[in-house]
Amino acid sequence: MKGRVLVVDDDLALSEMLGIVLRNEGLDVVHCANGSAAMALFRESRPDIVLLDLMLPGIDGIEVCRRIRAESGIPIVMLTARTDTIDVVVGLESGADDYVLKPFKAQELIARVRARLRRGDEPEPEQLQIGDLSIDVAGHTVKRQGKPLSLTPLEFDLLVALARKPRQVFTREVLLEQVWGYRHAGDTRLVNVHVQRLRSKIERDPEHPEIVVTVRGVGYRAGPP
Amino acid sequence: MFKRSHPADPVTATRPQEPVEGVRFGPPLERQWRAVRSALQRAARWLLHVWRSSLQLRVIVSTMLLGLIFVLMLGSYLYQRIADGLVNDRVLTARAEAASQTRAAQLSFDSAGRMDANSLTQLAFDVVGQLSSPGADQSREVILTRAKNNTGPASVPTVLSSDVGVSRVPAGLRAAIAADPSHQQVQIISIPSTDGTTVPAAVVGSRVSLPAAGQYELYFVFPLEREQQTLRVVARTFILGAIALVLLLGGVAFVVTRIVVDPVRRAAIVAERLSSGRLHERMRAHGEDDIARLGKSFNAMADSLQKQIRQLEDLSRVQQRFVSDVSHELRTPLTTIRMAGDLIHESRHDFDPSVARSAELLYNEVDRFESLLADLLEISRFDAGAAALDVEATDLRDTLGRTLESTAALAARRGSRLEVVPCAGPCVAEIDPRRVERILRNLVANAIEYGEGRPVTVQLGVNDKAVAVSVCDTGVGLRPGEAVLVFNRFWRSDPARARTTGGTGLGLAISREDARLHGGWLHAWGEPGVGSCFRLTLPRQTGVPIESSPLPLRPQERSASGPVSKSLPGQAGKPPPGPTAKPPGPTSESSPSPVVTSGGAER
Repeated sequence: MKGRVLVVDDDLALSEMLGIVLRNEGLDVVHCANGSAAMALFRESRPDIVLLDLMLPGIDGIEVCRRIRAESGIPIVMLTARTDTIDVVVGLESGADDYVLKPFKAQELIARVRARLRRGDEPEPEQLQIGDLSIDVAGHTVKRQGKPLSLTPLEFDLLVALARKPRQVFTREVLLEQVWGYRHAGDTRLVNVHVQRLRSKIERDPEHPEIVVTVRGVGYRAGPP
Repeated sequence: MFKRSHPADPVTATRPQEPVEGVRFGPPLERQWRAVRSALQRAARWLLHVWRSSLQLRVIVSTMLLGLIFVLMLGSYLYQRIADGLVNDRVLTARAEAASQTRAAQLSFDSAGRMDANSLTQLAFDVVGQLSSPGADQSREVILTRAKNNTGPASVPTVLSSDVGVSRVPAGLRAAIAADPSHQQVQIISIPSTDGTTVPAAVVGSRVSLPAAGQYELYFVFPLEREQQTLRVVARTFILGAIALVLLLGGVAFVVTRIVVDPVRRAAIVAERLSSGRLHERMRAHGEDDIARLGKSFNAMADSLQKQIRQLEDLSRVQQRFVSDVSHELRTPLTTIRMAGDLIHESRHDFDPSVARSAELLYNEVDRFESLLADLLEISRFDAGAAALDVEATDLRDTLGRTLESTAALAARRGSRLEVVPCAGPCVAEIDPRRVERILRNLVANAIEYGEGRPVTVQLGVNDKAVAVSVCDTGVGLRPGEAVLVFNRFWRSDPARARTTGGTGLGLAISREDARLHGGWLHAWGEPGVGSCFRLTLPRQTGVPIESSPLPLRPQERSASGPVSKSLPGQAGKPPPGPTAKPPGPTSESSPSPVVTSGGAER
């Protein structure tokens, strides 16, 4: 696995340990200890994935996440010690793709990072049509009537997963497995938050979605309601 | 019987019709009667409710009732006094009048001298006529009749001034005159009045002697019409006065209770609002009277309550904040330790045996430390009241299935068989699946640990208000009194006992808090050497209290065929599930227990 990881965490021991583990996996690691310097380092190092602690001195992790998201769609994985729902949801809503709860196991983190980096390895030429959107899977673009829509890679993956089998209902668990790469049950809030983010970008009226439709009590499906 | 003994009788042949007709007419009547009765009952219940719930109504009604009784008593006493006075007065004047008139009559008779019967009769008529016409306003009637003991020839007949005849004069009065001729005798009688009703009248009788005719009785009848009229006016006035007075009392009671009850009602409303969490609510407290004092002390109480609640809230917030901070502060270094431990653990084969073993211990203990930390945080979240339910309608069978999957590895390691007694139908309840799964995992893991390798029975049950899961083992059991202690934090039945599953000692305490959060029950039962049983009962709908658990806490007698053959109380009304004495094998196979499919449980 190749790629560059930006680790933003104020705990030096953990950062160093993360560095050791990630380098063992063949990744390039850049470290940043506070939120204020994170943006500059992000622009300078052009990482492929960001591991971001939520509690940071200077600018906090949520704000860093928001700023990175404003500039780029690269995968962001939050590291959080807060298990309370609100912390996780706020983190996800600020743009993080995934999160791992401290204390995590090394393999768990690597699995998450790998899942985020794996995408785009084998681009197969594929054109999908869902609603009035046309999706070019290899070219990684979504267009509505010729106008491109800007999606993060994760949102793109989510849309492609749904669009490949229109009208099939996906449970949140299946989506977690296909899009996030969770092998065991994960946190279904991940799916809810990202479906909402995706809708806010692709739906004409996010309050009355027509492309990603909720199937009550089951999950989601693509296609007209 | 009756019908059959007279089969040919044409009369009795129609008899059977009667009861049929009676039956035909019966139900509507009965239904009506029942409707009326239930309406009456409802009205009575409503009245009782109003009576109980309104202090004001009670005060007003009792004041009016007491007032009415008092006015009635006073009124009837006064009326009696007035009536007595009036009648006595009239009787006195009647006596005086009668005495003088009698004397005048006697004089007329005496001066007449000897006469023949006819002229005597004429005289008697004249005298009676004279006596009976005193004036326009004072009417009196006169009766002159032969004395009872006058046995002489009836030369003078009975003379009447009106249609009030001798028969009206009571026999007692006549007897009294006969016994004591020298005195007047008085009695009150009723006589018919001109308008058809009767009026009381005073009868004054005395003796006169007629020349040649002997002893006669002279009766004056004084109708008490005027007195009766006066009394009627008095009575009417009294009744009007009584009504006015009772109404006035009611009005006064209404006003007074309004003055007192209104602030009390306001206080009740404010107190309700306070208790529902609106701590800013206060009573109005103007003036210096008792009500104002009530308001002031109420407000003082509310102030102090609010202050204390604020303090507690602050404390709880500080506590939560602290827990959260501890969580973050402990978790970050623990992450580093864990990753380092993982790294060392992975390369333990390169070390010499003691270091390799140390790496393994480090690896395992970090796991245990982490679960202990997680449990501690969970407990403090309960203590801070920060735990929230995340309910969704869930089939308990699914939750149990996942639990059994995750505990299968542990069961296999300990050689325990998990037997499941499923419930007949769906077992859906509004629960927080994460918490319920945690409870079940805890119970099952405990049963495996203390079940000494013998089968563990997991039973599901459902009734209309609750769902239940019981987890029973036939292991060491619990000593008397321990069934309550097991839920204590860090409690161990035997401190010397080796722990194998590495429980934190907080599992059952957390489980009980989880059950409580659902509004459910978690009960334990155990007997040394027999086994123990834990039963979780949860309401099917959040907020709807449980009435009874669908499962017994104490397992019924365990025979050789095992607990599988037990009948579920929740299935009582269901179609028969086949022969009760089922061999234990097939049932446990047909159960949804995925004992063999290892879920690769991580913990």
